[in-house]
Amino acid sequence: MADGSIGLWTVPLAVLGGAIRVSTPFLFVSLGECITERAGRINLGLEGTLVMGAMSAYGISYLTGSPWLGVLAAGITGALLGALHAGICSLPRVNDVAVGIALMLFGTGLAFYLGKPLIEPTAPRLPAVDFGWWSDIPQVQAALRINVLFLIGVALAPILYWAFRTTRWGLLIRTAGESADAARAMGHSVLLIRLRATMAGGFLAGIGGSFLSLFYPGSWNEGLSSGQGITAVALVIFARWDPLLCLWASLAFGGAAALGPALQSVGVTSGYHLFNAAPYILTLAIMIITCSPKRTLTGAPAELSITR
Amino acid sequence: MTTEAADSTDAVGTVAPAADPGFLQRHGGTIEYVLIPGAALVGALAVFGIFVAMFGKNPLDLYFYMYYGAFGTWFSWQNTLTRAAPLILTALCTALPAQLGMVIIGGEGALLIGALSATSAALALQGMPPLVVQIAMVCAGVIGGGLWIMLAGGLRQYRGVNETISSLLLVYIALAILNHLVEGLMRDPASLNKPSTREIGAANMIGSIPGTDVHWGLVFGLVAAIASYILIYHTVFGFAARVAGGNIRAAKIVGLGVDKLILTVCFLAGGAAGLAGMVEVAAVQGRTNANLAAGYGFTGILVAFLARQNPLAIIPVAILLGGISASGGLLQRRLGLPDASVLVLQGIIFVFVLASDALYGRIGFLKGKS
Repeated sequence: MADGSIGLWTVPLAVLGGAIRVSTPFLFVSLGECITERAGRINLGLEGTLVMGAMSAYGISYLTGSPWLGVLAAGITGALLGALHAGICSLPRVNDVAVGIALMLFGTGLAFYLGKPLIEPTAPRLPAVDFGWWSDIPQVQAALRINVLFLIGVALAPILYWAFRTTRWGLLIRTAGESADAARAMGHSVLLIRLRATMAGGFLAGIGGSFLSLFYPGSWNEGLSSGQGITAVALVIFARWDPLLCLWASLAFGGAAALGPALQSVGVTSGYHLFNAAPYILTLAIMIITCSPKRTLTGAPAELSITR
Repeated sequence: MTTEAADSTDAVGTVAPAADPGFLQRHGGTIEYVLIPGAALVGALAVFGIFVAMFGKNPLDLYFYMYYGAFGTWFSWQNTLTRAAPLILTALCTALPAQLGMVIIGGEGALLIGALSATSAALALQGMPPLVVQIAMVCAGVIGGGLWIMLAGGLRQYRGVNETISSLLLVYIALAILNHLVEGLMRDPASLNKPSTREIGAANMIGSIPGTDVHWGLVFGLVAAIASYILIYHTVFGFAARVAGGNIRAAKIVGLGVDKLILTVCFLAGGAAGLAGMVEVAAVQGRTNANLAAGYGFTGILVAFLARQNPLAIIPVAILLGGISASGGLLQRRLGLPDASVLVLQGIIFVFVLASDALYGRIGFLKGKS
């Protein structure tokens, strides 16, 4: 113990630490997508939003020296991409799934284009709060070095849960998602509600991206996000559009994603790539188990094109 | 959006022979299918020009080099056609399931699995006559890619799993399998920096069309596209597929085997993308490694949407987008644009094409007089 070697215990510890670290982007993207889908629209473009958020956060943090300004910039970028998605979707006969695919490609391409000069320089990173001070074991300390964004995300889940249930805005969003006609009859513009919901979703997904470039892995490169955005979209379906379940699902996925690096750190290198694919395999497996061809999922917003 | 509207009105005077209303009534739809995507393309190019101008580059230079790098010389034409070949095949991977109302975006995964299967077949059959090896590679590529997308189709049909998300997840899983195999079981010990499989052997490469540097993969693509067109528009099977795509309940009531339709179409779609992977191995790379994940599968989605999921229209559109990606190198060298500029342009085109969906049936002069 004294030399810090704790043998195979490294793996569960690293998975726990990873669950906390890696789950943050999943958490933000899935909460954002939860808002958008509750309003009756699906935004598959959050993969692109995530990458754009990561790039703009890194750029702004590098230029201004303040990582928090970077987080804000990432959120605004995400909201703008969300507005673009909602804007195109509000045209007649435009399919929201296809627009999402287009924005996935567009966001990724734009981020690679604008982010070219950002691969070399080092930007100031987000600070971490040390929750592991009580332990002498460095692995425990590393696992409990937690970013503030994670805490914000954890707090956001119950807040959203409460807001969907009790606030006027939550009710409006759910009405637009369950029956556009009912919302219209009440005198509200469905397109406007969905625009705001998609922008809010994009804002959160952008912040999720800023976590990637400013905390973990903590640099900007073109391989930063590979499918985390789309996994998070699938995760919302698995979480039955419930923000609290999104939180637990994100933690599970973060743990799965941390499995590969954790095993590698104890010397299990064979199958490294397969373990890295664990979140995707897990997503697929969960969708296979939870979906059914005979009925729509419980909790699915009735207006959602992807479950109809 | 304003540029787009302006462009479509510009095109009116030159393209449409507006004098004969009967002509418009008969062909208005067809003209629409050419005019509206064309206008979207021009609008996207205009926006990309503005985007590039913001970085201090001259948009006119941009357009010139794009044209020159894509279609300006015989050399660039060959480069363009070489890139168009896999694009035709991966576009079919999206366009065929689209006839059934499915949105499959996992062509990249089927391409990788097809490449891996084709390479395995070639390595297993070393020493056999080249023609046998090549035929085995085609079969393996088609079957590998086909089963991969059939999985997404089956999951949708039997488990209700959304095929768009599952096919995209399968891309990442395919990439992980490929990396796992080329760094482990199938690794050529001589490949140090870039883990790869062994080479399939120079004799087994499918070579170029005589008189050109364009490989035979282009012919594979053309044949597949034309065969798909005939299948969809001139066979009972294709008719059944389109009925099921239009109204799945009606298809079930008239007794169509929807399950079998979906699985077959997904197999053919994945088979096309798997063939693209085989072509990339047998005509370009000569082995399987991570280079194969070059994004042909994703560009293929754009090709399919721009061609409005019509297999014949895919051919010119694939050549056009092959040209755009062929000109990327020239843009990098002459204008100092990053290699991602091709991706940005593709993204802008995609957004414009989808937004232009709102225009169908709304252009007054194309409706004809009733």
